[in-house]
Amino acid sequence: MNDFFTVAIITATLASGIRLAVPFLLAALGEAVGQRAGVLNLGVEGVMLIGAFAAYYTALETGNAALGLLMGLVTGMAMGLIYAFITVVMHAEQGISGIGIYLFGLGFTDLLFQKQVGTPRPISGLQTKPFNWLADDTGRAGELLFSHTILTYVAFLLVPVIYWLITKTTFGLNVRAVGENPQAADTLGVSVNGIRTAAIVIGNTMAGLAGAALALEIGIFQQNLTAGRGFIAIALVYFGAWRPVGVMTGSLLFGIVSSTVLQLQVQDVISGSVASIANMAPAVLTVIVLVVVSRRIGQPAALTRPFTRDG
Amino acid sequence: MLKMADSQQESSGRHDIGRYFRPFAGLVVPAAAVIAALAVGAILLGVFGANPLTGYRELFTGAFGGPDELAATALKSIPLMLVGVGICIAFRTGVINIGGEGQIIMGAILATLVALALPDVPRPILVPLVMIAGGVGGGIWGAIPGALKAYSGVNEILSTIMMNIIAGFFMSFLLEDWLIEPGAIRIQQTKRLTQNADLPILPGGTRLHLGIVVALIVAVLGYLLLFRSSLGMRLRAVGHNPHASRAAGMKVEMSITQALAFSGACAGIAGAVLVFGSESHRLIGEGGPLAFTQSAGFNGIVTALFGGLHPLFTVLSSYLFGGMLAGGISLQRAVQVPQALVIALNGVVVVFVVGSLKLRTRVQRWAEGDIQMEDRA
Repeated sequence: MNDFFTVAIITATLASGIRLAVPFLLAALGEAVGQRAGVLNLGVEGVMLIGAFAAYYTALETGNAALGLLMGLVTGMAMGLIYAFITVVMHAEQGISGIGIYLFGLGFTDLLFQKQVGTPRPISGLQTKPFNWLADDTGRAGELLFSHTILTYVAFLLVPVIYWLITKTTFGLNVRAVGENPQAADTLGVSVNGIRTAAIVIGNTMAGLAGAALALEIGIFQQNLTAGRGFIAIALVYFGAWRPVGVMTGSLLFGIVSSTVLQLQVQDVISGSVASIANMAPAVLTVIVLVVVSRRIGQPAALTRPFTRDG
Repeated sequence: MLKMADSQQESSGRHDIGRYFRPFAGLVVPAAAVIAALAVGAILLGVFGANPLTGYRELFTGAFGGPDELAATALKSIPLMLVGVGICIAFRTGVINIGGEGQIIMGAILATLVALALPDVPRPILVPLVMIAGGVGGGIWGAIPGALKAYSGVNEILSTIMMNIIAGFFMSFLLEDWLIEPGAIRIQQTKRLTQNADLPILPGGTRLHLGIVVALIVAVLGYLLLFRSSLGMRLRAVGHNPHASRAAGMKVEMSITQALAFSGACAGIAGAVLVFGSESHRLIGEGGPLAFTQSAGFNGIVTALFGGLHPLFTVLSSYLFGGMLAGGISLQRAVQVPQALVIALNGVVVVFVVGSLKLRTRVQRWAEGDIQMEDRA
């Protein structure tokens, strides 16, 4: 019992929680952009799986983790274009077509993995730790803040970037306009379909990157690697009330809960059954938050509604 | 979100003669979607160096080639039918139920608990009892997000997804400790459950068991509920237009809760069938929730959509997709392309079916001789 409550282990647990938060954060920030434009993408999980496999396979074949990351990003972007065509052009029901994307991603990556790789072979993840030189001199706090790979910093840097993009730029204004009242935006000459396509591509690119981050963090690929993380990311958008900082808070919560539960289990403080209950907690909390949020803060008014000129 | 239910409700309200043709006409575009998906599959097979024709011939033979194959297909289709019928009820009420996975699991858990508590109850009583327990477990797990949507405005897509995650961890919680097979190596599974709860094998020399009869009964009940009862009329009215239904004095909140409860109950029965119709006759959590449910909670959405959200047509479409799953094994054996291909193709089918809805509405109206009606949607 006492073993867990040492500063060293708590620091390590929090640091690992921050790393585990990265896939949630990337995927949920991207999903938030799409939803602000009025498009629900329920296929995040599938896109993450595709991004994860692309990153894993590239890293496995080339030994280059950064190249893997790039491939995850590119495949996410490609999926974004496909999803934009399905929802923006064909007006498909967004919730259901997202499930289609999920099933496709789940089956397709499993297929590719079994066919191209077969047995799980580990890859070495991203090694670039830009601030690691600071970690040694600054003690525990340094380990917590400076021991991460560059991707972690990029993910957290994207929080203010996305905030700025949505609230301070013309593009962001247009995104919010087409998410709240596409007809009005249309009469003002904003290309509703164009803005929505851009938002979807941004969202899916980040989902692909999130999958890549996960694969490189875990260092392995297997069927259903994401195990529901993409679905949680969607809920985190509601959890964070469509605001980047709220999304980050939720991501950190999920990340730190997972790392704490894992650490407690490794240290034999709690049994497997208690760990299952603890792992359940963030999902229960999300449901509670959804109840509160649904009363207080409205979602983008045109969310899930395809755009037509005559409403 | 209600767009799909709307367009179908519209036609059912106004065109009585076309009513019997509607599912057929509505199937033209989904059939095209499947052909398109199979074309995508052929390309994938080709990319992997397999002959698509050989692959599909093996898939077809493996699914429908003989009595054993037909029975295996039927077995694979049972969870799809049950979940699919539930999806019909929810979607027709304008409620998107993504929680099939969790509802299957909770149904399986409650049914397992009943079998563990009452091992000596004779088979003719225990088998219906565990099926009902499955329905109750799944029904409660559906009613919760239903009530949250109806009374608190919580988006049901998100809450049902969260309920899936909670159910998955709840199953692993139970199987880590309380319900784990005593004395055995620590695999997340119960002991072999009482034989009195085994679903009887049907005569005919195949492995087909009573679960298929359960699924067909549920499908007929689902049909009667939706289209031949005043309750179903209210559900569909709410799906068509909640505001008008409220103005007409209907309890919209109650209908939404009922719809998700019924939907969950169907999935829960699927969970019970997966336990008592399995060859090991136990609840197995090893390998994660997806390994137990075989993704039926999601695939049932595919079959319901493909069946035009009609319970009886969902039975047919579930049998077809069950054939894809059963035939996928033969495909893998013959051309060395993993059966995961089938799951990927299911996803493509969903995308094509919902993506072609604009087109489908047009075809339906044309079939009903109503093409002149303006279609601006």
